Amino acid sequence: MNWNRVWTIAVKEYTQFFRDRRTVAATMLLPLIQVVLYGYLSTDVRYQPTVVWDLSQTAESRQLLRAFTNSEYFSIKYVARSMNGVVRRIDGGQALAGIVIPPNYATLLHQKKIPKVMVAVDASDATAARTALSVAQAIGSSVTQRMQIKQLQMSGVPAPQVGVDIRARAWYNPGLRQELFLVPGVLALVMQFTMTFLSMSTIVRERELGTLEQLIVSPIRSSELLLGKMLPLMTIGYINVTTILLLAVFWFGVSIAGSVLLLYFTVLVFFFTTLGLGTLISTIAKTYIQAVQLVQFFLLPSMLLSGFIFPVAAMPRVLQWFSYLVPLTYFLTIVRGIIVKGVGIGYLWPQILLLMFFGFVVFATAVLRFRKRID
Amino acid sequence: MIGATTVRAESLTRKFGDFVAVDGISFEIHAGEIWGFLGPNGAGKSTTIRMLCGVLQPSAGRAEVLGYDVARDPEAVKTRSGYMSQGSTLWSDLTVEEHMRLYAGLFGMYGAHQRDAVEEWMERIGLAQRRTQLAGSLPGGYRKRLALACTLLHRPQMVFLDEPTSGVDPLSRREFWDLIVHLSEDGTTVMVTTHYLDEAEHCDRLAFIYGGRIIALGAPAELKRAPSAGVTVEILSRENLRILDAVEDAPFVRSASMYGSSLHVTVERSDDVARLQNTIDARGLGVQRLAPITPSLEDVFAGIVKAGRPA
Ligand SMILES: Nc1ncnc2c1ncn2[C@@H]1O[C@H](COP(=O)(O)OP(=O)(O)OP(=O)(O)O)[C@@H](O)[C@H]1O
Ligand SMILES: [Mg+2]
Repeated sequence: MNWNRVWTIAVKEYTQFFRDRRTVAATMLLPLIQVVLYGYLSTDVRYQPTVVWDLSQTAESRQLLRAFTNSEYFSIKYVARSMNGVVRRIDGGQALAGIVIPPNYATLLHQKKIPKVMVAVDASDATAARTALSVAQAIGSSVTQRMQIKQLQMSGVPAPQVGVDIRARAWYNPGLRQELFLVPGVLALVMQFTMTFLSMSTIVRERELGTLEQLIVSPIRSSELLLGKMLPLMTIGYINVTTILLLAVFWFGVSIAGSVLLLYFTVLVFFFTTLGLGTLISTIAKTYIQAVQLVQFFLLPSMLLSGFIFPVAAMPRVLQWFSYLVPLTYFLTIVRGIIVKGVGIGYLWPQILLLMFFGFVVFATAVLRFRKRID
Repeated sequence: MIGATTVRAESLTRKFGDFVAVDGISFEIHAGEIWGFLGPNGAGKSTTIRMLCGVLQPSAGRAEVLGYDVARDPEAVKTRSGYMSQGSTLWSDLTVEEHMRLYAGLFGMYGAHQRDAVEEWMERIGLAQRRTQLAGSLPGGYRKRLALACTLLHRPQMVFLDEPTSGVDPLSRREFWDLIVHLSEDGTTVMVTTHYLDEAEHCDRLAFIYGGRIIALGAPAELKRAPSAGVTVEILSRENLRILDAVEDAPFVRSASMYGSSLHVTVERSDDVARLQNTIDARGLGVQRLAPITPSLEDVFAGIVKAGRPA
């Protein structure tokens, strides 16, 4: 390996990359746009706009509403004066949930009877609706429990020991915040797309223009040529990762639970897969258009199978097997593990090893094919 | 060094599918020689050169450049030779200076050594004023200059130039050839293709390739004298075009074409000259002068191609 020649190619690639303003802009903005889009467009299940028709208008009813607000899942935006008003807000899409408190709410409570509070949820967004309903139920039972205890205490009976207390807790992401889930996904996706695409096009375009032949007549070896082309892409990849992380931390307030160093190391491992895939495609495709189609052909299924959108655990068994053949699956697991769960190499080593294995296979095949096509 | 063999091709063959582009050609190029490679479009010139440079694998046969087997030791060949491709492909988004630095680096010149060589060649080839210009915006002739400079930068002992002067203006062409002759005087071996036969006169030896085979080979003067070249006759007449019409298709005429204000007709043998005279007289056309001359290379090659048989 002659490092001077590698460096010569790297300098050329840097120069060309940064000279092409449009590519620079596209490459640098893509992760920004993705993070911002996913960050804002994704339905945050918290703070759902809620309309309230409080027919009771008592201290008790206001206490119940406070319990809803405190849960952070409901945000009371509208007050209605009729059932019609409630329906209109929900139908119009301004409110996701409606709470109707009956006029005899306080009276029934005092009579130790159970008042019926209605919570209506617009279930067109199933995820948000399910969450809202279960939170509403939890609020109901906790309010009831609190009141029972208070009543018992007032009548001089000591508070009972509750036998079973089941509490569902969302681990790692207690607020069920979408950004926390999406940042690792966007990071993995951008890495996969940008790196595969750039490595493919740096080779295919050069071949189409005939300049690859100019490089081949020089004494440079194909391994030096490839490395010289890939080094600048790795720098770009790291710039992208850093941009995404900075945006996540300073814009969306996501805190990275695990080791950033381990994250950057995994990105390095993942480069072998992405850059290798790009190189491999460049050796298969005859034209640039073909290569672009091939990139999509490989990347779309890997995105769907990786667990970026649909959790792998929820897939049919056959598809699960396929998803274990997709390196992105492991990368995604690792990145989510580090950012969201804060787990370290102690837990992630199997995934990291598998990622290394896939990277090695893809990259080695790519290099061999590249060498063959050149010579 | 002169006399030693720099390039040796042995039954070099290249097929593209069923099509034989280069058909088992063998030749030798001596050190310090300017070896011209001529032939019509698609004859196989570029394909041959690309095999000699190690860019293209031969389908059969072998080649040796500067004593190294091209197939077995491509790096040794590539380090010591330079190749200017027919398209003179450049990176349109790199400047003149960036190109030269790239080539210098690829051929193992770094630091001060690289800087000096780049400066020297930018001056030498008249590109110093355009050093920061992008190659994509250079006029055609300057692109050729840049490609040539990039090829010669690392002082190769063997240079392959594939149509270095196509698209270059006449004055610059002369400069190019001054440079090529200069290189050869310094001991560099040059293999060059061209479609300009006036340029071919500068070559020490010429090979003419046709349909993938070399059908004539020798010094320009030898080729003109060779019996296979036929006999070329110069005709001066006010009725040149009608004479051309009359003799063009005669069986003993190999080729006939206008050459300035005169007509050049190449016939098979010297006794054909009389038959030529008779044909013209039979039509009652007046002739001021009809005499054998030393043929130009154009006549020679027009004759060879028309004869359609190996010399
Ligand atoms: N990669 C290829 N695939 C298929 N055929 C090819 C390829 N390269 C060259 N050929 C064919 O081989 C023949 C010789 O081509 P080559 O480029 O060597 O000709 P040439 O003598 O250099 O012609 P020109 O004077 O036009 O440059 C042509 O018929 C060409 O079409
Ligand atoms: Mg050619």
